[in-house]
Amino acid sequence: MTTLTDTALTALQLLTQLDPLLWAIVARSLWVSVLATAIACSLGVVLGAWLGVARFAGRDVLLTVLNTLLALPSVVVGLLVYLLLSRTGPLGALGWLFSLKAMVLAQAVLVLPVVTALTRQCVEDAECSHGEQLQSLGAKPWLRSVLLAWDERYTLLTVLIAAFGRAISEVGAVMVVGGNIEGFTRVMTTAIALETSKGDLPLALALGFVLMAVVLLLNVCISVLRRWRQRIDGSVVVAAQGGLV
Amino acid sequence: MSVVLQVKEASVLFGTHLALDAVSFQMHAGERVALVGANGSGKSTLLRVAHGLLKVSRGQVRQSPELHQAMVFQRPHMLRTSVLRFVMWGLWLQGVSWREAPVRAMQALARVGLQELAARSARNLSGGQQQRLALARAWALQPNLVLLDEPTSSLDPNAKREVEHLLSEWVAASGVSLLFSSHNLGQVKRLATRVIYLEGGRILADLPVAAFFNQPLDQSHPEAHLFLKGELG
Repeated sequence: MTTLTDTALTALQLLTQLDPLLWAIVARSLWVSVLATAIACSLGVVLGAWLGVARFAGRDVLLTVLNTLLALPSVVVGLLVYLLLSRTGPLGALGWLFSLKAMVLAQAVLVLPVVTALTRQCVEDAECSHGEQLQSLGAKPWLRSVLLAWDERYTLLTVLIAAFGRAISEVGAVMVVGGNIEGFTRVMTTAIALETSKGDLPLALALGFVLMAVVLLLNVCISVLRRWRQRIDGSVVVAAQGGLV
Repeated sequence: MSVVLQVKEASVLFGTHLALDAVSFQMHAGERVALVGANGSGKSTLLRVAHGLLKVSRGQVRQSPELHQAMVFQRPHMLRTSVLRFVMWGLWLQGVSWREAPVRAMQALARVGLQELAARSARNLSGGQQQRLALARAWALQPNLVLLDEPTSSLDPNAKREVEHLLSEWVAASGVSLLFSSHNLGQVKRLATRVIYLEGGRILADLPVAAFFNQPLDQSHPEAHLFLKGELG
């Protein structure tokens, strides 16, 4: 108990004293995950919205693969990106391995199925519920997918926040492709894993606090957003995490 | 009067369920046709076929080149936008420029008495106001045929009266054709010039409104007679 209390107190000191090592790691983590989420969302929302409306042969197979990718372990994503970026891999010439770019790519690949699948579900539900009303006004599938995604934008914002949460909290992929190099590719999750194995528990715990604070902030954002929408249009914004079929 | 819509031997299959079974009818300009029948009789399917939302498995649907349709649904979906923009989106989807749309949208809102609420969120409107807004959007499109799928079935009596009154005004002012489904036989009497009775996806009676309600149907159309008997008590 004493060890836990001492560790927590030292961690709080590191946080309040604005320890440069700790805050450099936090800033790097946020930068990598924000960029990865932005890339994954710009692709995933478009792809998911289109999948929500389009009907074509092989769609069911594609959706099954997409939903399976939701359970893709992050280390497997790390391994695949590693193979792509390694010197003998197809993207080896880029020289991205063990860099922040590789970490952004790995996290984007990890998060893309999440954004695509959740967006697809959200837009497909909207299409089933009122897609024909837009169709009756002359909206073709591609235009319906854009309009329905726009109409569901507050739910999709929740998807974005959920994707960011998944990106910032993963450890396997960034560890494999980033190499956890101090001052260069070390991020919160890889630092926690390393410092715990080294026995530097205060730094690991301080990073854990920050990570939890970021996740808490995300949940507060979702909650505020939901209440704001309820106040504006009196309808309930359904959390996008639920109901994946 | 010219034929604006012709449905010929149209059948619609949902899996193994035959929702429409070789249905044929035609509509002339200015006609107001009510589709009546029990739930699952094929009224909504026929409306969707007429509007082009559903493709027929067999048969044909022919529309005159001058036909310009708009459809009003039982529960209109309110886009997450303002009342004014709700109408503007409909106009834009039909090819009206975003610059021209506000004027036409405001005229349509004034027509249904919602101009004061133009800036309000469409989702904040009551059920009756939402249906009036859907009518405003349809009106803004300046159709010559309006299809309505049980437009008042989810509304309270006051809202029902308002919507019905607006429809009557619209018909009187522009001579627009109506094809609507309804369970409300009083409404059918007031709005329709002709009644089509559907059962099991088939048309079993197609009569002028006076004949449908005032003539004995037990010999000529026994199914429609039983339906009327059940509905009117």
